[in-house]
Amino acid sequence: MRQHSWRYCAAVATALTLGWAGSLDAAQRGGGGRAPAYADTPEIPTEVVEGFIKLPEGLYLGEGIGVAENSQGHVFVYTRSGDTRLFEFDDDGEYVREIGAGLYGFEFAHKVRVDKEDNIWVVDEGANQVMKFNPEGRVVMVLGYRPPAVDGAIAPEPSDHWGRSGSPGANEPYLFARPTDVTWDTEGNIFVSDGYFNHRVVKYSPDGRYMGQVGSGERGPAPDQFSTPHTIASDDSGRIYVGDRGNRRVKVYSSDLELLDMYEQTGAPWEICISEGEHQYLFVSNSNSDSNPAASWNTSGEVYKMELDGTIIGRFGRAGKNLGDFQTIHGLSCRNPNEIITSEISAWRVQKIRVASTPVF
Amino acid sequence: MKQSMQLLLVVAGFVAAGAIPAQAQRIPQIPYQAVDALSDFPNDIHMGEAAGVARNSDGEIYVYTRTGNPTISLGTSRYVSHGGARIFHFDEDGEYEGEIGQETYGALYAQQLRISADDHIWAIDQMSGQVVRYDPDGRIVMVMSRKPETQRLPQAPFEPGSGEGREGESFSGPTDITWDSQGNFYVADGIRNARIAKYSADGTWIMNWGTRGTGAGEFDVIQGIAIDNQDNLYVADYNNERIQVFDTRGNFRREMRGFGAPMAICITPGPNQVMYVSNSNPPDNLDVAGEIYKVELNGTIVGQFGTAGKQIGQFGTVNAIDCQEENDLLVGELGNWRVQRVTLQPM
Repeated sequence: MRQHSWRYCAAVATALTLGWAGSLDAAQRGGGGRAPAYADTPEIPTEVVEGFIKLPEGLYLGEGIGVAENSQGHVFVYTRSGDTRLFEFDDDGEYVREIGAGLYGFEFAHKVRVDKEDNIWVVDEGANQVMKFNPEGRVVMVLGYRPPAVDGAIAPEPSDHWGRSGSPGANEPYLFARPTDVTWDTEGNIFVSDGYFNHRVVKYSPDGRYMGQVGSGERGPAPDQFSTPHTIASDDSGRIYVGDRGNRRVKVYSSDLELLDMYEQTGAPWEICISEGEHQYLFVSNSNSDSNPAASWNTSGEVYKMELDGTIIGRFGRAGKNLGDFQTIHGLSCRNPNEIITSEISAWRVQKIRVASTPVF
Repeated sequence: MKQSMQLLLVVAGFVAAGAIPAQAQRIPQIPYQAVDALSDFPNDIHMGEAAGVARNSDGEIYVYTRTGNPTISLGTSRYVSHGGARIFHFDEDGEYEGEIGQETYGALYAQQLRISADDHIWAIDQMSGQVVRYDPDGRIVMVMSRKPETQRLPQAPFEPGSGEGREGESFSGPTDITWDSQGNFYVADGIRNARIAKYSADGTWIMNWGTRGTGAGEFDVIQGIAIDNQDNLYVADYNNERIQVFDTRGNFRREMRGFGAPMAICITPGPNQVMYVSNSNPPDNLDVAGEIYKVELNGTIVGQFGTAGKQIGQFGTVNAIDCQEENDLLVGELGNWRVQRVTLQPM
């Protein structure tokens, strides 16, 4: 373990322009300068647990896209390596097994979450599917439908610089278009943030029937619109929290999808997470953009710890490649609010971070 | 994916290389012997194009090779790329030891491999545009840039642009890496971009320099970069048929010519440093170029050896040279899918 010394400012001196990417791209990623709360938010001391994840020889993580713990503290990592794969580690970070190797729905990882019954839920934005595994690692439910390969490749249309294009499954009840995340209310209803093209949150019954949605299917800034809803979580009273990344806000809904609140001070929510226990906390990651535009290191990369009512308690972390720094957090697991686990896109790693329970100035 | 562009590049190099410098007639031939450097492959392991080869401080050999099949699969609205490049590990005698980086995300089309003073292995991938750093145990400890989430089908036509690149990472056809005495490192972002990008030891971006062109501080395909004991940076400016020399702030110092289009360069360690420069033949032509020059750091050519060809002792589109020992080189070839160990007669 290594005590992390805190520096307020990255050493990079550069203009704060975000002209590094196309405007649509920047909007999707929520790039837009420092989070309003940054300067006035106290820093929470942290330390990184070095070497937490122990990989067998010859096995590597790729982009750390999703990470979640079950009730035993086992850690599930959904990663883009050569192929998209799902790995399980125990609470000491020892490798346990691979789940779903070669699965039809594993094409381009986006998120893994574990529900109260230790079922493992995976969201894949390549196959456009949400898959529920039981704790033994067998698929027990599938949401969405993978575009049929027999239809061939989708013809490229005008698109951003990554070449992304097309709008499959436009706002259909049972089809997703690059979905991003999943959570559940206290009744076991399922909420999917559907994500890059449909800009909505869809509610399903516990057995997977469509119950409704919020979001118009169009990107927008209005209170009930989204701009790339990128992450979703729920608390023990059944409220649903949506990270509306492009609009740089976290929106709070009832389980009936009534808008209750909006938190707009903590930057672009790439990932959110709500801890377990009687006193739950909300963690929000204002991740630095993937591909590491230099300006993003000066304006983002930190994680906020908040009360569920939106009160900001403190923040920790910064953009960087060192241990304990963050390279585009895309997954957070925070069952224990004092010991969170992060997965990062740009560093191909999973870190365990001890987070002090009180901020220190 | 990028074959058409590469073909253009090598054709351009060939045309340029066809004009043999006048002094070439007077350059001494260096006597040498060569052997196939690598052996003891398991039956299911095969070399492909030897894009990068380097030795660590114990003389162990790592090779980054284009092998197997890069694959594009159908995602929702994007085409996801997989595989096509592997890193093999050999002992100091060239006997196969194993592999690192199996099935990693950014291993698509090997471009170069270098080993830093701390014996970390740095793999540079042209197609993913990534630099991946492995510690001596073969674990990934740093990742630079990001593989595009999708590949274009068909590939978008190459629009050269200024080549200045972005502030940060976002490499576009990176080719090589080197380190200065302060631990800063420099990435030659040289095939689609035309810049050198400088980072501190912990990977924090410091600066870029370079733009596409023919003048001082301008580049037309950077194939390699190397540094000497005085922190002078030597940049192999391939299509401009020269090596440009810079200080660590990117200030142009001088240029060196007379050894064709430099495709692979290497500077020896120790107090009396020399440089090896390969004027590699294009992969579709054995009748031009192919020789490697030994050059003083002031640009004086000491001698040359080799020619294009397929036999041992000949070279097929050299893309990498390891010169940890001045007279005991490892030479990686794209055309002949092999690494040769070349022993030079001391001059």
